[in-house]
Amino acid sequence: MDKSIVGVWSQPVANVVERGAVRKFADAIGDPNLLYRDEEYARGTRFGRMIAPPTFCRTFDFGIIEGLDIAQEGLIHGEQSFHFERPIYVGEELWCSECLSDTYTRSGGSGKMTFLIFEQKGETKDGELVFTSRANVIRKEGPDA
Amino acid sequence: MNHSLSVGMEVPPLRKGPVTHTDLVKYSGASGDFNPIHTVESFAIEVGLGGVIAHGMLTMAYVGQMLTDFAGMDADLVDFRVRFRAMVRPGDTVVCRGMVSGIKEDDSGSLVTLQVDAETQRQETVVKGTATLRYR
Repeated sequence: MDKSIVGVWSQPVANVVERGAVRKFADAIGDPNLLYRDEEYARGTRFGRMIAPPTFCRTFDFGIIEGLDIAQEGLIHGEQSFHFERPIYVGEELWCSECLSDTYTRSGGSGKMTFLIFEQKGETKDGELVFTSRANVIRKEGPDA
Repeated sequence: MNHSLSVGMEVPPLRKGPVTHTDLVKYSGASGDFNPIHTVESFAIEVGLGGVIAHGMLTMAYVGQMLTDFAGMDADLVDFRVRFRAMVRPGDTVVCRGMVSGIKEDDSGSLVTLQVDAETQRQETVVKGTATLRYR
């Protein structure tokens, strides 16, 4: 893996937190929380508006890291973390980007494995940081790789 | 400040599932993760998984639901991290659990850290991690 790609951020992409997408996501995870689907209810809470489930931000488009070419096949999701400055609001626009923050290869009993660590962030148009996240992805290399 | 919490206190567990093939198709559509290992049985068998497996992020979302239910209107989830340790398959039931492991007071309230995990009916831990809730 070409290490020069490490730390290169994608061009941020605007993601609108769509009400229908949030409701569909909440349905798919089987979470009946009214904050994700009932505007009137949400208005009466301290949030003042509908929000998205925390892991919803994994579904955003984070743009393309120029020069990064990794086959999706055979990737294993090893770890995932999120940090929230505040909840994600339905209807807001978040500018999302990501970078490969580290990569290394280890040899173990089951062969060679490449570790890829991706970091993401989501900001408002005014540059207010809303969340950061990190995904550790593992690729098992074949014996000939 | 939250006086009703103490270290060692357990979060009400959340039982999810049994996970169905339809759940995996729905999550694929809702998340945009169309990796066929989650939806196409023949593909999943071909790549050596023995059948389709649930998205790790679906299990993480279950644990997230337990946390946001627990936080209710009193707290915000600020940190949430898990390690994926084993696979969830259609037919599996997943029980999410949590325990308060630390409470730190600061100027703006209290930060409550929790140990969380999710286990299948096979007593296999599928995810394990930590979370932090901020009470204002």
